[in-house]
Amino acid sequence: MTDISCPLPITDYPNVLLAHGGGGRLMHEMLMRRVLPALGTPDAGQTDAALLELGGARLAFTTDAYVVKPLFFPGGDIGRLAVSGTVNDLAMMGATPLALSLSLILEEGLPFETLDRVLASVRATADAAGVKIVTGDTKVVDRGKADGLYINTAGIGAVPAGLTLGPDHVRSGDAVIVSGDLGRHGIAVLAEREGIGFETTIESDVACLHRLVAQLLAAGIEIHCLRDLTRGGLASAMVEIAGASRLGITLEEKAIPVSAPVDAACELLGLDPLHVANEGRMVLFCPEAQAAAALECLHADPLGAGAARIGRVHAESPGRVALQTRIGVSRALDMLSGEQLPRIC
Amino acid sequence: MKYVEEFRDGDAVRAYAEQIRALVTRPWQIMEICGGQTHTIVKYGIDELLPPEVTLVHGPGCPVCVTPIAAIDRALAIAARPEVTFCSFGDMLRVPGSRKNLQMIRAEGGDVRMVYSPLDALAIAEANPQREVVFFAIGFETTAPTAAMAAWQARRRGIRNFSLLVSQVRVPPAIEALMDAPDNRIQGFLAAGHVCTIMGTDEYLPLAARYRIPLVVTGFEPLDLMQGIHRCVKQLEEGRHEVENQYARSVRPEGNPAAKRMLGEVFHVVDREWRGLGVIPSSGLALADAYADLDAERRFPMDALPATDDHGCMSGLVLRGVAKPRECPAFGTRCTPEHPLGATMVSSEGACAAYFSYRGLNQKAPA
Amino acid sequence: MCLAVPGAIRAIDTSDPDNPLGRIDFGGVLREVCLAYVPEARIGDYVIVHAGFAISVLDEEEAAAALADFRAMDEVR
Repeated sequence: MTDISCPLPITDYPNVLLAHGGGGRLMHEMLMRRVLPALGTPDAGQTDAALLELGGARLAFTTDAYVVKPLFFPGGDIGRLAVSGTVNDLAMMGATPLALSLSLILEEGLPFETLDRVLASVRATADAAGVKIVTGDTKVVDRGKADGLYINTAGIGAVPAGLTLGPDHVRSGDAVIVSGDLGRHGIAVLAEREGIGFETTIESDVACLHRLVAQLLAAGIEIHCLRDLTRGGLASAMVEIAGASRLGITLEEKAIPVSAPVDAACELLGLDPLHVANEGRMVLFCPEAQAAAALECLHADPLGAGAARIGRVHAESPGRVALQTRIGVSRALDMLSGEQLPRIC
Repeated sequence: MKYVEEFRDGDAVRAYAEQIRALVTRPWQIMEICGGQTHTIVKYGIDELLPPEVTLVHGPGCPVCVTPIAAIDRALAIAARPEVTFCSFGDMLRVPGSRKNLQMIRAEGGDVRMVYSPLDALAIAEANPQREVVFFAIGFETTAPTAAMAAWQARRRGIRNFSLLVSQVRVPPAIEALMDAPDNRIQGFLAAGHVCTIMGTDEYLPLAARYRIPLVVTGFEPLDLMQGIHRCVKQLEEGRHEVENQYARSVRPEGNPAAKRMLGEVFHVVDREWRGLGVIPSSGLALADAYADLDAERRFPMDALPATDDHGCMSGLVLRGVAKPRECPAFGTRCTPEHPLGATMVSSEGACAAYFSYRGLNQKAPA
Repeated sequence: MCLAVPGAIRAIDTSDPDNPLGRIDFGGVLREVCLAYVPEARIGDYVIVHAGFAISVLDEEEAAAALADFRAMDEVR
């Protein structure tokens, strides 16, 4: 074997790449090694919202920015996304959403008609979710700087006494359940992108999940952890939770629900459905003994109609996620590295 | 998906594995030269189902992995030009050149766009006459006809603001180079089913005869691979060295005549450098003289870029099947998919990336 | 290399003879694909598609034969 001396690798990228926002490992690394240490809050981000105790009240607090392109996609738009995304982050703590803030960053030249459509969608989604926009901000930036429109929302919600959800509450033996089929949002958005463009009936799964969560709690399900699936897909969420809980997770490929058209789109572009973004799906960890009841409760609601039990938590290979493939061999499941890129090869 | 799902039947895959186990009497090394096949093998754990006597070696089958650093550097230089809209398949965006990759050029302000088809790049040229649109034409014989069509249509429609940066490669000379190498241990090949869909199987007959090796043209789904491996092992056990076609639902002996004609019109055969393997004679395709005006290298002349040794990155040894990814000291430490040293880690089909993603840092998948 | 997937031709457009196009159904996802390299293809045929081009017409008899082989293999166990 020849003598190896490796050159200096491209490790520290001097500039931010799109991949740093992809929901994968590059983004995870940036947060863990640069952002959180700089802020002095190394434990932030383990759950979808922060839990604050104020006097006797327990509040969930979260924020999110929405930069989706195109603004209007099959099944939804940036306005609907901006409300559901934040409502869902609160819901993942078991919180009842109380109020949202809304910051608009408008690009010079954006037609008011577009803004009106987005605002109408924000209003409709918030009303349906039973939450109010109570404060906000507006800025305008030069033409060319905001893809039309960016939105930031922050939200607060009330968390019931005694309910603390999170990866550190996950237990060995827990069942892993997903609330519906994967990949609709990511594929719906990708279908509209230049350079890829295909025709499909797939619509984004964007939806508010807080009532689904409330129903599970009302049914007495002992939920240990909830995570809504966004960028990076199911794989990112599983890897993060396995890491944070220091337990192992094994998933059954055959049990993971993916609709036929999403599957076809992924095959065509060489994408893995487990890495594709969702906006109206969550995973739930609960004791094995309650898995059947949890599924029954989910199936009773249209939003949970496609719920399925997809795996289990165990103590072997802590921090690692394994996928039992359909041919019976097990392989490791990891996060996306950076952006999810369609491939030809 | 029809004609896909049926070829992933777990029970049939395991049945083949047992057949192979029953058949084999001695160790055999079989190479597949197709990133897509590498991907399937590692993703489904096909090699774990095979008896220990059968070793599958992952060859230089991913065009991303074999594109030389100099070609990437040329691409980066062109993409950085303010008047250029640089179009590439998604696969190439993360491949490192000497210092940067296309993603970084985009981050620095370059107009770098991902396309699914070369015709999409041509459409961008037609819609943006004020821009110089360059398409990065990489790939094997499967992809070359798609680039050829883009060039041919550009000529027919008089689209002048379009050019191609070509770094295409051919499989048969690579097989010769691998078999001629003194440390070669490969005894049989699985040939790439989609390359053969275009080129047919005739080119492989002299290789089977000269090197006395079986060559089984194989598809890409788990069952295809199992059947291909089974046929290859059977030939080895029976002392035969023939060209067989497992992927007959797509591959005909004559290949695709229309595609071959277009290749002959737009491209000619040249010597080409492969990353990690050096220059292999007659192993590349470049634009024919009649299409020279569409050559991005001529349109954007560059100073000779300093040759960079590919020292360090072990891609070459991995690509030749001489080493496995985890034998490289940088694997998983300094070299990861987020911070790749070499192309085998960048491409989702590169052997290193496949091992990293699907096997983690362990040799075997977790139980 | 060479990710290519099979899909069924639903429509053919030869209005531009230099660029014959097919509307291909991959099972709920449709895309326009160049058919220049499969002049023999007809509506209803399955084609193998790579980078926006059909590179072969899938031989359904051969596919069926391969699947029959697999089933026979399975039964031998």
